[in-house]
Amino acid sequence: MKQSVKQSDGTGSVSPTLGRSWEPLRGTGGSQKDKNSLRLVAPVWNRGTSGIRGLSRSVDPEGSQRKGRTLLQFLADHFYDVEAVREYLLQKQVLKVLRKNRSSTYIKERYGPYVAGAYFILKQGGAVKFQDKEWMRPNGRGLSGELWKLREVPIEAVDASGCAITYQGLDNLLALQELQSLSLQCCPHVDDWCLSRLYQLANSLRELSLAGCPCISERGLACLHHLQNLRRLDISHLPAVSNPGLTQILVEEMLPNCEVLGADWAQGLKLGPEEQSHDTASSPIPA
Amino acid sequence: MIRRALRLGLGPGLLGRGLGAHREGSTLDWHGKVSEIKKKIQSVLPGGAWSPLCDTSHLPPEHSDVVIVGGGVLGLSVAYWLKRLEKRQGAIRVLVVERDHTYSQASTVLSVGGIRQQFSLPENIQLSLFSVEFLRNINEYLAVVDDPPLDLQFNPSGYLFLASEEGATIMENNVKVQRQQGAKVCLMSPEQLRKKFPWMNTEGVALASYGLENEGWFDPWCLLQGLRRKVQSMGVLFCHGEVTRFVSSSNHMETAIGEKVTLKRIHEVHVKVDHSQEYQPVECSIVVNAAGAWSGRIAELAGIGKGPSGTLQGTKLPVEPRKRYVYLWHCPQGPGLEAPLVADPSGAYFRREGLGNNYLGGCSPAEEEEPDPGNLEVDHDFFQEKVWPHLAQRVPAFETLKVRRAWAGYYDYNTFDQNGVVGPHPLVVNMYFATGFSGHGLQQAPAVGRAVAEVMLEGHFQTINLSPFLFSRFYLGEKAQEHCII
Repeated sequence: MKQSVKQSDGTGSVSPTLGRSWEPLRGTGGSQKDKNSLRLVAPVWNRGTSGIRGLSRSVDPEGSQRKGRTLLQFLADHFYDVEAVREYLLQKQVLKVLRKNRSSTYIKERYGPYVAGAYFILKQGGAVKFQDKEWMRPNGRGLSGELWKLREVPIEAVDASGCAITYQGLDNLLALQELQSLSLQCCPHVDDWCLSRLYQLANSLRELSLAGCPCISERGLACLHHLQNLRRLDISHLPAVSNPGLTQILVEEMLPNCEVLGADWAQGLKLGPEEQSHDTASSPIPA
Repeated sequence: MIRRALRLGLGPGLLGRGLGAHREGSTLDWHGKVSEIKKKIQSVLPGGAWSPLCDTSHLPPEHSDVVIVGGGVLGLSVAYWLKRLEKRQGAIRVLVVERDHTYSQASTVLSVGGIRQQFSLPENIQLSLFSVEFLRNINEYLAVVDDPPLDLQFNPSGYLFLASEEGATIMENNVKVQRQQGAKVCLMSPEQLRKKFPWMNTEGVALASYGLENEGWFDPWCLLQGLRRKVQSMGVLFCHGEVTRFVSSSNHMETAIGEKVTLKRIHEVHVKVDHSQEYQPVECSIVVNAAGAWSGRIAELAGIGKGPSGTLQGTKLPVEPRKRYVYLWHCPQGPGLEAPLVADPSGAYFRREGLGNNYLGGCSPAEEEEPDPGNLEVDHDFFQEKVWPHLAQRVPAFETLKVRRAWAGYYDYNTFDQNGVVGPHPLVVNMYFATGFSGHGLQQAPAVGRAVAEVMLEGHFQTINLSPFLFSRFYLGEKAQEHCII
């Protein structure tokens, strides 16, 4: 049975300044544009270029940065209309993520923080596990009707892998004070700022997975020291971490009771294969 | 048409390639001469910046609506918000005058880069809160088409202020104010400190306040470059030169009670070009003094403070440069990843830098021991005698450390109450201040820029009320004293 939920969360807590930043970018350098267009149009006559990529490369002083320019970018440099369309599309994308991350105050007031949190996660495409119940995933036909009856039941596990959760959207998760397991694998918008908010779940959180998040660096991992009840932490495949092996050692030192899964600590060290097998220590001696 | 043909005809493509072989051995400098001729012809053609008497391309424009003196983070922030809040695209012409494009002495880039909300004045807390929100969404505020996003390298590790017995009550009150304004700060007792930070020696510490969120440190150079890039794309002009003179006119008026008052208005700013005696008088309608450590000198040029002392005309801008040292050291057994920026009650502070057990820190000297701000030479004895003992007492692991590097930078120190000066001058009606932040200017720059732009465009503060930071407080004697200064 499909439960249609009214989106009556008009007073969603979108930060006013973020709302303001979506007005069309004014003052984007009119004079700059003329210079650009002259620079790019001139060598149309120049014989020594091959195609559109060649055009920008031969003229632009920092052309090496722009090697991969697409036709759309080229057109946007010449025509105000195309640039406006591009900006509009970009803003639409960002607005979409923002809209997804609004917190629904109506649902929170009516059904409590657990149901609101579950609704948020399920809408994003993640999975929720209430205490003593099975994993609840979003099925194609809309949200299950049982969700609205679970007002008092705390949530113990959330799987938000691949969801577009942002700093604002994390409000919904942080209200779940009995959360024990959180998986934020491969979330494209979870960055160091989001990690700095996780201290609010320090009492209950036992398991955290951040594998594959492109925006997380070792600076965000440093603020996980609040989570002293953590027993399992997965920090593998974080492309933005500069030194995965060293970071893992430091995180292990920071959280002595936690099992840290991540890069092999010997990664980055220039050891031969036979020496590596001797040196696989389980945990380094604390300083 | 002709211009394009010239450009491709005389471009390095045709001539340069052919004569490249001769370039090294030739004494005629043929290539140089050709490019000079090319430049002359291009400037002569209609649309080029050619004036028949002389070439002025290296000089600033002759007219500009707003001239911002100082191209550091505060000046660029004011420029950004002016262009963002203007009512119509291109309505305001802004010129930023910066005398050192390498920023070798600018406080912005020499700063430790911390941001905190742990202040005692509510206005400072609000400024910091907005600035941290700006930094968090920096890629929305400062987005430039086709340029890569900015990575501020923000470390959200927080600030930890330690207080002795005497300072404990003040700290508690401050934390109450901070919490009221929305900062996420918590108080810790010495036992909690020992549990959380086992490397710390809590002797002499009665209370500590720890910022849980929105506090930490970042890369100020990245912020500066991001602002520069964005502001240039919005059409703000930059000029490499030094302000040497203001040409103003006076208006003798009477107040409602009948007192005589002389109001000044700056009409021209003389900008002197580097390494030459040439200067350009820039006609302007508003001047913003964002010159940082040298704001006092700029204010004197405008005639602020020239009068009998005790009167409004005689009130100088009490901002002077103060030298502060920052030391980078390596300590192999030092605090780990969880270390926040720790500020000792003695005034010494340190923070982690990177992953390799390196730490940055320093100490503000006492009033009597202020070093001579004439140059930026580092005094290593200061570290040995004044900084290291406090650090080693607080963190026993720091007894063995090795200083790797050190540098010095200026605080634009407000000798009156160590807080910023914002807003117009009561007598020189078109000079606005955005300076004097005494070591916390970088972290409040985005919010201060917005406030100054609001005052310039609307006439009053709209989002954050910074009336306690106006210039008139120096004459009236109303101190807006900030107690939590590092």
